[in-house]
Amino acid sequence: MTSPEKRELTTVPRFSDKVFRGIVTGGGLSSLIILGLIFAFLAYQGYSVLRSQGVHFITGSAWQIVQDSAGNIDYAQTKFGIAAMLIGTMLCALIAVFIAVPISVLSALFLTFYAPPFVKRIMVAVVDLMAAFPSILFGLWGFFILMPSVEYWAKLIHKYFGFIPIFKLEAPVVTRSPFVAGVVLAVMIIPIVTSVSREIFSQTPLDRIQAAYALGATRWSMIRAVVFPYGKSGVVGGAMLGLGRAMGETVAVYTVLNIVYKVNWHVLLGAGGNVASMILLKFGEAGPEEIKALMAAGLVLFLLTLLVNSLADFIVNKSGSKGR
Amino acid sequence: MTIIVKPEKPWASSPKQRAISAGIIVLALMSTYLVVLLTPMKGKLAYGLVFFLLFILFDFIYHTRLYGFRSGKDAIARGVVASGIVFATLPIFSILITVFIRGRRGLYWGLFSNDMKANSVNDPLNQGGLVHALTGTFILVTIALIISLPIGILTALYLTEIRGRFSGPIKFLVQAMSGVPSIVAGLFILAAIVYPITKSYSGFMGSLALTILMIPTIARTSEEVLLLIPGELREAGLALGGTQWRTVAMVVVPAAKSGLVTAVILGIARVAGETAPIILLTGGGDRVNPNPFNGPMGSLPFYIWKSFSVGTEESVTRAWAGIFVLLMIVLVLFVSARFLSERGKS
Repeated sequence: MTSPEKRELTTVPRFSDKVFRGIVTGGGLSSLIILGLIFAFLAYQGYSVLRSQGVHFITGSAWQIVQDSAGNIDYAQTKFGIAAMLIGTMLCALIAVFIAVPISVLSALFLTFYAPPFVKRIMVAVVDLMAAFPSILFGLWGFFILMPSVEYWAKLIHKYFGFIPIFKLEAPVVTRSPFVAGVVLAVMIIPIVTSVSREIFSQTPLDRIQAAYALGATRWSMIRAVVFPYGKSGVVGGAMLGLGRAMGETVAVYTVLNIVYKVNWHVLLGAGGNVASMILLKFGEAGPEEIKALMAAGLVLFLLTLLVNSLADFIVNKSGSKGR
Repeated sequence: MTIIVKPEKPWASSPKQRAISAGIIVLALMSTYLVVLLTPMKGKLAYGLVFFLLFILFDFIYHTRLYGFRSGKDAIARGVVASGIVFATLPIFSILITVFIRGRRGLYWGLFSNDMKANSVNDPLNQGGLVHALTGTFILVTIALIISLPIGILTALYLTEIRGRFSGPIKFLVQAMSGVPSIVAGLFILAAIVYPITKSYSGFMGSLALTILMIPTIARTSEEVLLLIPGELREAGLALGGTQWRTVAMVVVPAAKSGLVTAVILGIARVAGETAPIILLTGGGDRVNPNPFNGPMGSLPFYIWKSFSVGTEESVTRAWAGIFVLLMIVLVLFVSARFLSERGKS
């Protein structure tokens, strides 16, 4: 009788596993590759404009293409500066965040600590559904339904808070203002801020909640003493995530905002802009040189949203793992 | 004689308490009507605001008299918190109602059998249709799905099965990628492929841009699903002598099947209505173009966009009808994703 051949015991992965791990790792690295390629190609296309305009591309707010009589572009006079649009982007996005964050935090609190289970299930589904709506839907809805009401609110704000500088109106034009765009963007980012806040709130340690109740806290004092200190930074992260989304929004802003290429701090005045919608606006009739400038603007927008998102991600993750 | 002990719920509100809460609401409603009638304030805004303030005031007074000031404060907080969810969900109901009412007027069965090659958007609403847009969107999304599904799932597998040394950075990058604005994705394809190589509109370019937006959604949802697969299943597969590749392919992925389908559906819903890159990359024809590699291709978002931009009454109604169809698609996708993930949990 021959004993079976002794099996070889080894921790060295087989060939098939090596291939598998190689393929999966390659797939996993795709996000790095894609982000890298986005940066590289936008930088490559926008390089000449960035080089000729220098820091003026970010600080200047003139956008003019000067051609000489032969139709060639006069590089000394041509100016590309996106400061006006950058300011517009920040303005709209900040209005959106200021409106959306309180509403989102309150609804996250409601969903986590107040709602009966079946209400919670329905409302969570409704809020998630809203996150899946396409932006053109928000654009049209904002244009036809929301804008008339928001204009009325804008007039009220101007009437009662007009003494605050940013609510000043130099001309009585309130249609299609950054405020309107901000409200539409707020509606669009409420779902994401709500779901991030809800996730953070639901991670509040149960023993501390029960400790607060045992000490005689009402629901509100429990929230103030336990939930807010625990979830504070998570809410900040969620707000920044919303800010990043609001900054990159194109179609909805394009629909409701009157895009005027100048610096405008007055949120109620019907003139503003946003880098993304400016790209869409100018793209249609742009010549080769202007396309390059738009690529550079896209690069700035890409880096800006990347920065805000990364920061938000960092903050959210840190607050999640803290677990004091 | 047996005594059946009936469980008590001392925390549940008694009928009397419920009647009182309802009474407070009725009282607030009535006094709101009076206040708005007697003061110069008017309109929906005034009604809403006054009702909200009065309700909170009455609730506060009731609870303060009954249980003291701290309970009154709690009542105020409850009212304010509940108002948050009202504000958050008001827009969605408004959107649904608007789309149903306005979109209905532009709907007729010919939408699904005609395209726009013989009609302009200003023609009467019973002419022309969406076939070119629907086929275009279907082709765009299908190609995007074919490319992004393997990449998304491989990314998720890397994060859950391999857990190599790049896990942290890749998780971070996927998150960062989900924040890339759609117009930047469009510009990237423009800069990388359209200008240097093809130099013309085509459906495939649009699909590539959609791929960039789709990968993070699929990757993140699949990762969540794969994390829910119990480690015992993997260990069992390995203990039976399977290699890691066989374990993942024969055990882990089949176990996560319905969740992965959910990921696909959410990915489709994410990109189906994406407009900005489509405008930059695919253009929009008025006839059915089945070839994604040649010539502009119509799509639902582009149709809506174009009809809306024209701005006449017929064209705007067409835009609403297009939105109606798009919203239906998104709703069906979303509900089926919910259904699958609920079933997967139980």
